[in-house]
Amino acid sequence: MKINDVILQTVTKIVVFIILTFGVELFLSGHNNPGGGFIGGLVLSSAFVLLYLVFDIETVRKGIPFDFKKIAAFGALLAVGTGLGSVLFGSAFLTQTASHFNLPVFGETELSTVVLFEAGVALTVVGVVVTIILSISEDV
Amino acid sequence: METLITILVGVLVTVAVYLLLSKSLVRVILGTAILSHAVHLLLMTMGGLKKGAVPLLGENAENYADALPQALILTAIVISFAVTSFLLVLAYRTYKETGSDNLAVLRGFEDE
Amino acid sequence: MLTITIAIFIPFLAAIFVPFIYKRVRSRNIGWFVMAVPLTLFIALASFIPSVAGGKTYIHTISWIDSAGINFTTYLDGLSMIFGLLITGVGSLVILYSIYYLSEREALGRFYVYLLMFMGAMLGVIFSDNLMVLYVFWELTSISSFLLIAFWYHRKKSRSGAQKSMIITVSGGVGMLAGFIMLHTLTGSFSVREIIATIGQYTGESLFLPAMMLVLFGAFTKSAQFPFHIWLPDAMEAPTPVSAYLHSATMVKAGIYLVARFTPVFGGEAVWFYTVTGVGIFTLFWGSVNAVRQTDLKALLAYSTISQLGLIMSLFGLGSAALNGGYSADSVIYTQATFAALFHLINHSTFKGALFMVVGIVDHQVGTRDIRRLGGLMSLMPVTFTAAVIGSFSMAGLPPFNGFLSKEMFFESVLIIRNLDIFAMGPLWGSIIPVVAWIASVLTFVYSMIIVFQTFLGKHQPDRLDRKAVEAPVGMLVAPSILATFVVGIFFFPNIIGNYVLRPAMAAVYPPFKGAEGLVPHISAWHGFNAPILMTIGVVVLGALLYFFLRYWRGIYSIAPMRWNLDTVYNGLLLQLEKGSAFLTRTYMTGYLRDYLVYIFIFFIATAGGGLLWAGGFSIDLSNDASVTINEYIIILVMMGASVVILFAKSRITAILLNGVLGYSIAILFVVFRAPDLALTQIIVETVTTALFLLCFYFLPEWSKEKSTLSSKMGRGIIAISVGSVVTVLALVVQGNKMFESVSVYFEDAYELAGGKNIVNTILGDFRAFDTMLEVVVLFIAGIGVFTLIKLKAGKGDKDVEDQ
Repeated sequence: MKINDVILQTVTKIVVFIILTFGVELFLSGHNNPGGGFIGGLVLSSAFVLLYLVFDIETVRKGIPFDFKKIAAFGALLAVGTGLGSVLFGSAFLTQTASHFNLPVFGETELSTVVLFEAGVALTVVGVVVTIILSISEDV
Repeated sequence: METLITILVGVLVTVAVYLLLSKSLVRVILGTAILSHAVHLLLMTMGGLKKGAVPLLGENAENYADALPQALILTAIVISFAVTSFLLVLAYRTYKETGSDNLAVLRGFEDE
Repeated sequence: MLTITIAIFIPFLAAIFVPFIYKRVRSRNIGWFVMAVPLTLFIALASFIPSVAGGKTYIHTISWIDSAGINFTTYLDGLSMIFGLLITGVGSLVILYSIYYLSEREALGRFYVYLLMFMGAMLGVIFSDNLMVLYVFWELTSISSFLLIAFWYHRKKSRSGAQKSMIITVSGGVGMLAGFIMLHTLTGSFSVREIIATIGQYTGESLFLPAMMLVLFGAFTKSAQFPFHIWLPDAMEAPTPVSAYLHSATMVKAGIYLVARFTPVFGGEAVWFYTVTGVGIFTLFWGSVNAVRQTDLKALLAYSTISQLGLIMSLFGLGSAALNGGYSADSVIYTQATFAALFHLINHSTFKGALFMVVGIVDHQVGTRDIRRLGGLMSLMPVTFTAAVIGSFSMAGLPPFNGFLSKEMFFESVLIIRNLDIFAMGPLWGSIIPVVAWIASVLTFVYSMIIVFQTFLGKHQPDRLDRKAVEAPVGMLVAPSILATFVVGIFFFPNIIGNYVLRPAMAAVYPPFKGAEGLVPHISAWHGFNAPILMTIGVVVLGALLYFFLRYWRGIYSIAPMRWNLDTVYNGLLLQLEKGSAFLTRTYMTGYLRDYLVYIFIFFIATAGGGLLWAGGFSIDLSNDASVTINEYIIILVMMGASVVILFAKSRITAILLNGVLGYSIAILFVVFRAPDLALTQIIVETVTTALFLLCFYFLPEWSKEKSTLSSKMGRGIIAISVGSVVTVLALVVQGNKMFESVSVYFEDAYELAGGKNIVNTILGDFRAFDTMLEVVVLFIAGIGVFTLIKLKAGKGDKDVEDQ
C-alpha cells in the first residue's frame, strides 16, 4: 500500500519535527511547568504515528530502524531501575534527589534523578503506543 | 458546579453501564471508555472545583487547585488508554478467529 | 548463637546443590554427600549438650519484619535440643539406610532434595522462637512430607495418601496460625518466651480458650491424634526410609513438640489437662486396637506409631497438672509424667526407627510385607531378626530394653494421677485412665509379638514370596543395628540421658520449677514389687494369652464392618465438598460476560445504595459549590446530550465520534478546572484512542442493531439508571460531608520536598513514584499483550493440547 500524497508528505516532513521538538520541550519542562514524561511520550509517539500514516511502514522503518518493543522494555526497565538506584545509596525505594549544577552552556541548571525516571516513563509510552498502532496496522 | 458535574457523572455512568450490559463487544468497549471518562470527572470533583490557581508553584498564588486528584487522574488516563487498546485488540482478534463480536454467540447461546 | 540459625539453613543450601552434584554423580553415592549434612549438624549440636545441660540457653535474632513483631529468632534450650538431636541423628541413619535401600533407578536427586528440605523445615520448627516463623516452617514440613509421600507419584495410592496427609496437616496448621494470632492479640508478642512470661495475666480473657484449642488442633493433626490419625496409615505409601524418618521419629513428633512448648503457656488449665490427656489416652487405645488387626507390617507399624504418639501425648497432658498452682513440694510429683514423656519420645524414636528399617529390609529382600505370607525368616535373616526382637520387645515394654523403663514410668504416672485433687478429678476418672492405659498396653504387647513371631518364626513359605530370602547387605543393616544398640544401651545407662538431655528439657517445660528437687528423678530398672511392675507382669501374662489365642478372638474385628470407619467419613466429606463446589460454581459461572457484570452492578447497588439507605446518610450540602458560567453550562449539556445519543447511534462511526466529543469536552473541563497537565494528556490520549477505534473498526463488523426483547432492555435500563443514581447520590453526599482535612496541602511544599514546581508532576515522579512506576509496567504489559495477541496465532493444529 504505497501512499502518494505530495502535499501531505511535504507538510508532514516539517510538522513532524515541530511535534518532536514540542514533545521534548514538554518532557523537559515537566518538573516546573505543565508537561512531563507521559505527555512528552504521547506527543513524541503521535509524531511517529503521523509518519507511519503518511508514509508507508516500510519507508519509515528504513528511516527509523528502532524496535519499539525494545524501547518500551528499556523504558520500563529504566523506570524500575532508577528506583533501585536509590536503594543502593541506602535510601528507600524510588527516592529521588535533585541538586543544582553550573554547566558551561546552560548556566545554573537543576539536574534531578526524576528526569531519568520520567525518561523511562516517556520511552515506555512511546514504545507501547507505536507498538500497538504498528501491530494492528501490520496485521492486515 | 460540583453538583452539575456530579449529575453529569451520573448520566455518563448510566450510559456506560447500559453499554456494558449489551451483547456486542464493541459496545462493551465503548462502555468502558465512557466509564473511565466518568470516573476521571468524579475524581476531579472530589477535590473541589475552581478552588485555586493552577497547581504550579511558579504562579505564586494564594492557594492552588488540589493537585492530588489531578495526579491520580493522570495515572488513570494512561491506564484506561492501555486497557481500552488491549480490549480493542482482543475484540479484533476474537472477531478474526470466530467471525463474531456477539457475546451471546461466543458463549454458544441463541438470541434471547 | 548464630550457629543455630545457620543450622536451619544448611539443609536448604545443601538441597540446592544436590541436583548439580547428582548430575555428575549419577549413582547411590550421592547419599554420602547428603548424609554429611545431618551428621555434621548432629555433631555440632552435640557439642552444645554440656553447656545446655548446665542450664544455658542460646538465642539469636535476625531482624526481619520488626514493625509487625516478626523476627527470625532462634532459640536453643533443652527441649529443642532433644528434638534437634533426634532430627539430625535419626536423619543421618535414615540417609545411610536409604543409600542401600533405594534402587539406583529411582530419582535419587529429587528424593534427597525433598529429604533435606524436610530436615531444614523441621529444624526451623523446633528452633524458631517466633510463632510466625515457626508456622512457616511448620507448613513447610507438611509440604515436604507431601512430596515425599508422593515420591512414587505414578501410584494412585501414593498420590491419594499424600493428598490426605496434606489436607489434614495443613488445615491443622491454618487453625494453629489462627491460634497464634489470637495469642498475639492477647499478649502483643509473637515470641514464645515472651508469651510464656506474660501469659499468666491473660488466662481469664475470652480469646485464651479458643487460642488453646486451635493450637491443640494443629498439634493433634500433625501428631496423628484421634480423630485426625487417619492420614498416617495412608502415608505409609512413602518409601520406607521416609516412613522411618518422618512418620515415626520426626514429623509426627512436631505436634508433640508443640504441646511440650506450649505446656508452660496453657498447662495448669483444666481444659488443657483433660483434652491432651483424654485425646492421648484414647488415641493410645484406638491405635493399639487397630494395630492388632493389620496384616500389612507397615500398616501395623503405622497404627502402633499412632498409639505410641497417643501415649506420649497423654503423658504431657498428665504432666501439665503440675503447673496448676505453681511450684510446691506436692506438685513436683506430677512433673514425672512429662519426664516419662520426654524419655519415651527418645526411646520411641530409637525402637520405632529400627522396626521400620527392619520391615523395610524384609520388604526389600523378599518382596512382601504381608504377615500372612511371611514366616520362618529367623534363620535366613539373623541380624534383621535380632534388630526386630530388640525393637519389638522394647515397644512391648520388656526388659532389658529402654521401652521397659519408660513404660514403667508411664504406669506410675497414670497411677499417681488418681491422687490428683484438682480439676474435679473424681475417683471415676482417676481410675479410668490407668485401666485404659493398661488395656492398651496389653494390645501393644500383642502386636509387638505379631511383628516378631509371625514374620520370623513359624513356617517358612518360599513359594509365596517374590524372591528368595537372604540376609540384607551389610550397609542396610548398619542403621537398624545402631538404633538397636541404643535401645539396649539406654536401658543400662538411662541416667546419662536423664541428666544431660532430659534435665534441661524439663527446665524448659517447667520454668517455675527450674532447679527444683525431684524434677529429674533417678531412673532405675528395678524399684521393688510395686504397682507398675505388677501391671507389667499382668500385661505380659494376658498379652501372651491373647497372642496365643489370637485366631479365636480376631473375629470380633469383623463384627463392625470395615467401611464403618473414619476414612469413609473423610472420603465422603471430600466427595461432597467437590460436588458442592462444582455445583455452586456451575450455577453462577455462566461464562457469559453480561451475567458477571450484572452480579457486580447489583452488588454495588445493594451495598453502596443499601448502605446509604440503611445509614440514612442523605445530608447533601451544596453551599460550597463554585459558580457556573454560561459556557460551562453549554459544555456540560453537550456532553450529556452526546452521551445519551450514543445509545441510539445508528452507525458505529457516530458512536465513536460522540465518544470523541465526550473526551475533548472533558479536556476543556480540565482547562476550566485548572489542570493543564490533564488537559494536554486528555487531548492526546483521546486522539490516539479515537484513531485506534477507527483502525479496529476498519476490520470489525458493522454495528448491527441489537435484537433484544423489550423486557431485557428494560432490565438493562433499570440496572443502568440505578447504578447511575447511586453514584450521583453517593458523590453528592461525600462532597457535602468533609470528614477529614485534605492531605493535599502537604504537596504544596513540593519545591522544598522534591525540587519541582509542578505539583502534579512532583506527585507523579516523587511523592507517589511507586504508582507511576507500576503504571508504566501496566502500560508495558498492555503493549506486550497487544503485540502477542496479534503476532502469535495459534494454528489449528495445536488447538487440542489440553485434551491430550
